[in-house]
Amino acid sequence: MNKIKKRAYAGTLESSDAFIEIEPIEEDEIRIELQSSVEEMYGDDIRDLIAKVIKEMDISYISVRVQDKGALDYVIKARLQAAILRANDDKKIKWDKL
Amino acid sequence: MINSNDIKNGSKLTPSKANFFAAFQKDHSGKERSSKICQNIEESIKRSGLKDGMTISFHHAFRGGDKVLNIVMDVIAKMGFKDLTLASSSLASVHDPLIEHIKNGVVTQIYTSGLRSKLGEAISNGLMEKPVQIHSHGGRVHLVKSGELNIDVAFIGVPIIDRFGNATGYKGRSKCGSLGYAMTDARYAKYVIAISESLEDYPSFPASITQDQVDAIVLVDEVGDPGKIGEGATRMTSNPKELLLARRAAKVIVNSGLFKNGYSLQTGTGGASLATTIFLSEKMEEENITASFGLGGITGTMVYMLKRGQIKTLLDVQSFDEFAAKSLGENPNHIEISANQYANPSSKGSAIKQLDVVVLSALEIDVDFNVNVLTGSKGILRGASGGHCDTAAEAKLSIIVAPLTRGRIPTIVERVNTIITPGNTVDVVVTDQGVAVNPKNIQLKQRLKKAGITVVEIEDLYAKAIRICGKPKPIKYSDKVVATIRYRDGSILDVVKALA
Amino acid sequence: MKLRRSMLFVPGSNTSMVCNAFVYRPDTVMFDLEDSVAIEEKDSARLMVYHALQHFTYEDIETAVRVNPLHSIYGLLDLEAVIRAGVDIIRLPKTDTVEDVLQMQEVIEKIEFKIGTDKRTKLLAAIESAQGVVNAVDIARCSDRLMGIALGAEDFVRDLHTQRTKAGSELMVARAQILLAARAAKIHAFDSVFSDVRDKEGFVKEANYIKDLGFDGKSLINPNQISVLHKIFAPSGDDVEWALDVIEASDNAKEKGLGVVSIDGKMVDAPVIARAQWTLELAKASGMLGGDE
Repeated sequence: MNKIKKRAYAGTLESSDAFIEIEPIEEDEIRIELQSSVEEMYGDDIRDLIAKVIKEMDISYISVRVQDKGALDYVIKARLQAAILRANDDKKIKWDKL
Repeated sequence: MINSNDIKNGSKLTPSKANFFAAFQKDHSGKERSSKICQNIEESIKRSGLKDGMTISFHHAFRGGDKVLNIVMDVIAKMGFKDLTLASSSLASVHDPLIEHIKNGVVTQIYTSGLRSKLGEAISNGLMEKPVQIHSHGGRVHLVKSGELNIDVAFIGVPIIDRFGNATGYKGRSKCGSLGYAMTDARYAKYVIAISESLEDYPSFPASITQDQVDAIVLVDEVGDPGKIGEGATRMTSNPKELLLARRAAKVIVNSGLFKNGYSLQTGTGGASLATTIFLSEKMEEENITASFGLGGITGTMVYMLKRGQIKTLLDVQSFDEFAAKSLGENPNHIEISANQYANPSSKGSAIKQLDVVVLSALEIDVDFNVNVLTGSKGILRGASGGHCDTAAEAKLSIIVAPLTRGRIPTIVERVNTIITPGNTVDVVVTDQGVAVNPKNIQLKQRLKKAGITVVEIEDLYAKAIRICGKPKPIKYSDKVVATIRYRDGSILDVVKALA
Repeated sequence: MKLRRSMLFVPGSNTSMVCNAFVYRPDTVMFDLEDSVAIEEKDSARLMVYHALQHFTYEDIETAVRVNPLHSIYGLLDLEAVIRAGVDIIRLPKTDTVEDVLQMQEVIEKIEFKIGTDKRTKLLAAIESAQGVVNAVDIARCSDRLMGIALGAEDFVRDLHTQRTKAGSELMVARAQILLAARAAKIHAFDSVFSDVRDKEGFVKEANYIKDLGFDGKSLINPNQISVLHKIFAPSGDDVEWALDVIEASDNAKEKGLGVVSIDGKMVDAPVIARAQWTLELAKASGMLGGDE
C-alpha cells in the first residue's frame, strides 16, 4: 500500500458533482468524511465506493473529505481518481486500475 | 290590523312585533349605523365568540405572499386561546411561525392540503400530538359539507372590500385573483371575519365574497406581499429536460384521441407544465383547434390562449400569477369558480367531471402508478395534495409529467413514500426516458405507439432509474403517525409517519 | 448508413451535462476535452469522460470525443483514455493537412494494438482554417477511418480575417468545399455550431439552409436545438409516400424474381432504391411510420 505525496483536490460544488479533498496521514487507514445531499439514501454506498476506488489504486494512509451534491457513482469515481493522480503528480497512468 | 286572537291556537307562528310595539325607532340624526367594521383583529375575534377548542379557517389564494394567517394567529395567541383546530386550505413556507403556536398549545390540530419548509420538517419530526389531516382541494369542501370540518370562525383575507363585506380578489395592491377556496369558508363558516387592506365604497359589485356572508370586517396594513403572490409561476423554462418533457406531454395529448375542437384542459404551474401548455397552443394553432375551457389554477399562459381565442372560457379556482389575477377582472370569459364548483366529489356539479385532459406533476411515481406529491425523498412533508387526486380521478385523461431522476434521486420508485393519487386514476406517465401507459388503457397505448412516442413499461423505467441512481436505502420511520392522507371522499388513503 | 443529423457538444468539465446528455437522444454525443475545458481541469475532465463513455447510459448512443491536439501535452493522454473507454469517433481538432489525419491515425492504431481491442475507432476531421478548406478534398479521402469532415466556423472566420454574420456569406466557400469534398469521398459532412442559443429563428434558418445545401447534419451546443433540427431534417409526407412506393415496387420485383424494378412503367435503378430506404430510415428516426422519436 502506498501513501499519496501531498494534499490535492478535484471536482466542484455544483449540483450533480462532488468536491473531493485528500491528504496523506500517518496511520495505515482510509479515513472518509462524507457530507452528502443523499446521505440517507446512498451514504453507505458512497463510502463503500470511495474505499473501493482507493484500494484499487493501492493507496492507504489517506484522509478523504467529500462534499457530494448528488453525484452519480462514476462522477465520484472520476473526481476521486483525479484527486489521487494530482496528489501523486502521476504522469504514467495505470488505466487498468481506474 | 290583525288581532292576536286571529292567529289560531296551537300555531307556532308568532305575530310580528313591529306593529304591536314601538320597537322600530329609526335614527335620523346622521349617526353611523352599527358597523361590521372592527377596530382591530382582537375586536373581531371577541365579537366572533371564539372559544378554546374551536375550529378556525384560512384560505391560500395569497400563496407565498400571505400575511393574514400569521398576523391573526399572533393575536389569537396573545389573547390566550388554546387547543384550536386550524383549517387552512393550504399552507406555504411563509407559515413557518405556526411552529411556535403549535409548541405553545394554541393550535393542536391542523387540516390542510399542503405542508412545506420548516413547518413540514417539524411536523415530520413529531411536533404534533394529533396527526395533520391532509386533504385535496375537492376533499376539503367535502369534509366541510359532511360536517367533519366544522368551521367556527373563518378569517378571509381579501385585497379589497366595501364596508358591508362585498369583496373581490382581482383588484387592489395585493390582488390574488380568484377567491375560489375562500368562497367555501364564507358560505359554511358559522362566523366570517373578512380582513382587508383597502376599503371601497358601498356597494362594490360584482363580488366574490358577499355582504350576506360576512359578519365582521377588519382593516390591516397589508394582507399580502404582491411580489410573492404569483412568484415564479409563469416564467417560461429554458431547461432542456423540462422542455423535452413538455414536448412529449403535448405529443401524448395531441395523439390521445381527445385532441379535438371543444376539448378541455387543465395544467399546473412549474416549468414542464407551463411549457406543455405553450407547445399545445402551437399545435392547436397548426390544426385549427380551440378548447372549450381551461380549468383549475390559471396561469398567464392560459390567459394568453384565452385572449387569442384558443380557449373559450377559463374556469378559475385559483389564479397563479398576476396576469391571471388581472384577467379575471377584465375578461368576461374568465370565470371565478368556488372549490365546490371545481372539485368537490359530493358537489352537484364539479367542473372536473367535464374535464378531458389534466397534466400533473409528481415527486414520486411507483410501478403501480401511485403518485406522491407530498413527501420528499427523505420522507419529510414538503408538498401539497392540491387538486391532484381530484382531477386525476375525474379527467378523461390524466398525465403525470416528471423526469426519471432528479440528480441522484429516482422519481420512478418501487413504492411511493406516500400515496396521494391512487394508481388506478393515473393514465399516462411521461418521463424524459420514455412514456408509460397504465396497462388498463390498451387502446391509448396502441395509439401513442403508432404516433411514434417511445412507450415503455413502467417497470422498465423503474429499473433504469435504479440502474442510474442505485437502489436507495429505505427511509427509517418510527411508529408515530404525523399525517393522515384523506382521499377526496374523506376516506383514509395513507399515513405519514415520523422519522425515526 | 447511420443517421448523423445532430452532434451534441458536451464540455467534459460540465458534470451535469455529461450525466444528462444521453437523455436528449442526439444522433451523436460529442464530449469535448479541448477548447471548452480549462487547462487546470484537463485531467479531471478526461477522467470524467473516460467513465461516462463506459457508463450504460451511453451504450446505445454513438459517442465522439474532441481530443486536444497531439502536439499538446494532453493529446496523447486523451487518446489513451477514450480509446480504452471504447469511444466510437475521435474528432480531430484543427485539421489542416493530410498529415494531421495520418499522424492521428497512427497513434490511434498503436493504442488499439496495445490494449488489444478489435474496435476500429473512426475519425472525424474538423476543418477550421483556410489551409484546411483548401486541402479538404485530399483530407476527406486520406483515411478509411474517416467517417466525415466538419466545419469549425469560429476559428475559420478568424483565419479568413472576417467574422460570423447572420447571412453567413463568410462561410459560403468553405461550406461548399467541405460538402463537395465529403460527397466525393462518400463520407459525412457536418456544419458548424450555431452559437446564439436564444435566436431560435436564426437557428431554424441556418439549419434549413445547410440541409438544402446537402449537409448530413450539424454540431449543436444546446440540447433544445436537437428536436428543432430533427424536425427540419424529417422527410415530407410526400417524400415518405414516394419512398414507400419505391420499396413496395422493389419488394414486388424481388418476389416475382424480376431483375428490373419499375413504377408506372418507369424503371427505378439501385441508387433510387437506396435513397428511398434512407428516406424511410429518416422518417422512422423523425417519429414517423411508428418509429421512436
